[in-house]
Amino acid sequence: MDGESVTTYNGFLKRRWNISLWAGFAIVVLSLISYIPVFALLPITRDVPWVNYLLFVLGGVLLAIGLKRAYREPDRYRGKISGPILSVLSLLIAGFFVLGILVLTKQLPASSGAPHVGQPAPQFTLANIDGKQIALADLLKGHQGVILIFYRGYW
Amino acid sequence: MRGFEKHLNEFHQHGIEVAAISVDSPQESNHLCQSRGYTYPFLSDPNAEVIRRYGILHPKAGENGRDIARPAEFFVDSAGVIRWVNLTDDLRIRARPEAALDVILRQIGG
Repeated sequence: MDGESVTTYNGFLKRRWNISLWAGFAIVVLSLISYIPVFALLPITRDVPWVNYLLFVLGGVLLAIGLKRAYREPDRYRGKISGPILSVLSLLIAGFFVLGILVLTKQLPASSGAPHVGQPAPQFTLANIDGKQIALADLLKGHQGVILIFYRGYW
Repeated sequence: MRGFEKHLNEFHQHGIEVAAISVDSPQESNHLCQSRGYTYPFLSDPNAEVIRRYGILHPKAGENGRDIARPAEFFVDSAGVIRWVNLTDDLRIRARPEAALDVILRQIGG
């Protein structure tokens, strides 16, 4: 009884989950989110994030395989809808990453007014984390010198 | 900054102090030092006056268009003279402590 709908149901089940689409997308996401906590901390992958670029390529290859399956063998594989969506998202993610690396982090002023080697260092007195006033001279006291690290702040 | 903390002993062994400066308040810097384990001095320049004096202001680059410092490192010798300047052209790329120490030691002949 109701044999036809059972066949249809089985037929639907036979269409396999298109794993390479999702694996490709997962690798692309992983590449984006891993840069700051992992690869930016390692000297060999910080300046040129080649591991992340390789992950994007790998993700792209898997997505391409998944798309091919979804469209060439639609009877066997799913992904005609999810495939293009995941692919477009992946392209946006990779594009954002490359833009960030090549352009956004380089938007720094030239700072041509910064003192040069051989010039006296501008004096200062600033509060430390305990609120105590510390002058440049205090930092130099008993030392050969001091490295001043200016940073953007954790606003 | 993490790297400088890691190599802090080497700097101290060569008589070199390390200090960080930003527009963050002492409270914010205190929080940062606690959470990241930084032990060298962190100084607060809330109005970016010193940052301006060092010519490294990044106007309106902070939260709510606040003026902040662009990343930069200076080495000041015991006579108060600048002996090494590192102005990165990329936010991601900061001075490596080992390389900085090498250059500085060569500069001061230590």
